[in-house]
Amino acid sequence: MPVAAPLQLSVRHTDPTLGAATELRLELPSDVALVGPAVELISTHCCTGVLSPRRVLFNLRTALAEAITNAIVYGNRADPAKQVRVRVELGLRVVHIHVEDDGDGFDAATVPNPTTPDRLLFEDGRGLFVIRHLVDEVTFNARGNAVCLTLKAG
Amino acid sequence: MSFSLRKGPDGAVVVGVDGQLIVGNRQELKQLVLNALEEGARRFVIDFTHTGYIDSSGLGVLVSLSKKIREPGGDLRLAGLNEDLQTLFELTKLDTLFAISRTAEEALAAF
Repeated sequence: MPVAAPLQLSVRHTDPTLGAATELRLELPSDVALVGPAVELISTHCCTGVLSPRRVLFNLRTALAEAITNAIVYGNRADPAKQVRVRVELGLRVVHIHVEDDGDGFDAATVPNPTTPDRLLFEDGRGLFVIRHLVDEVTFNARGNAVCLTLKAG
Repeated sequence: MSFSLRKGPDGAVVVGVDGQLIVGNRQELKQLVLNALEEGARRFVIDFTHTGYIDSSGLGVLVSLSKKIREPGGDLRLAGLNEDLQTLFELTKLDTLFAISRTAEEALAAF
């Protein structure tokens, strides 16, 4: 089995007057084994004081893991030839996390509530529900293959 | 190593989750518990005292293990959830599916 190349995080400091103080970029192949390392790599650069350490450790890491997993498993159907692109904008009062896959996209409005009694014993289907509860805002592009998670300062 | 395994009183098995329980390591936990179940263990505690976060894949494997353990009359209890993890179980309503104890020792005593 080929050894996966180490993840390469790009860090760029920008002019805060233009909106974002730091931009992180990471591209990874569709391998679920890389979700944990990708989350750790990104989250260690997110302790800039905009978000409390507790929100970085729990809300950001969990929501980011969910978004990357969804992109790999549902978006790219775990096709190793397809990539997941993560871009994080660390602003002075807000953090935006963009996760994009190479899939056909989906309609988030069609995802059922996983907490109804008939779905409680399902093993899958909680990812988007969890994300919505852990971040302040969730938006999708028109195609449905890119999500933006927004966490406001605090 | 993401998981540790120790035997409690009367053959109960305590599995500690170190770090996170997510899509990348959930199969390892599942296999660990299923092996112990196959070897005859029936009472399980999964201890999250040293766990930072759990994603929905991790929640899903707990649901799966709960069903597998209950089939032969076994029991699964969760322990050591911090405030954020407790909230995660509450908002997904999985707190209604699992018996949750404050510590692994309390979970073992509750069997």
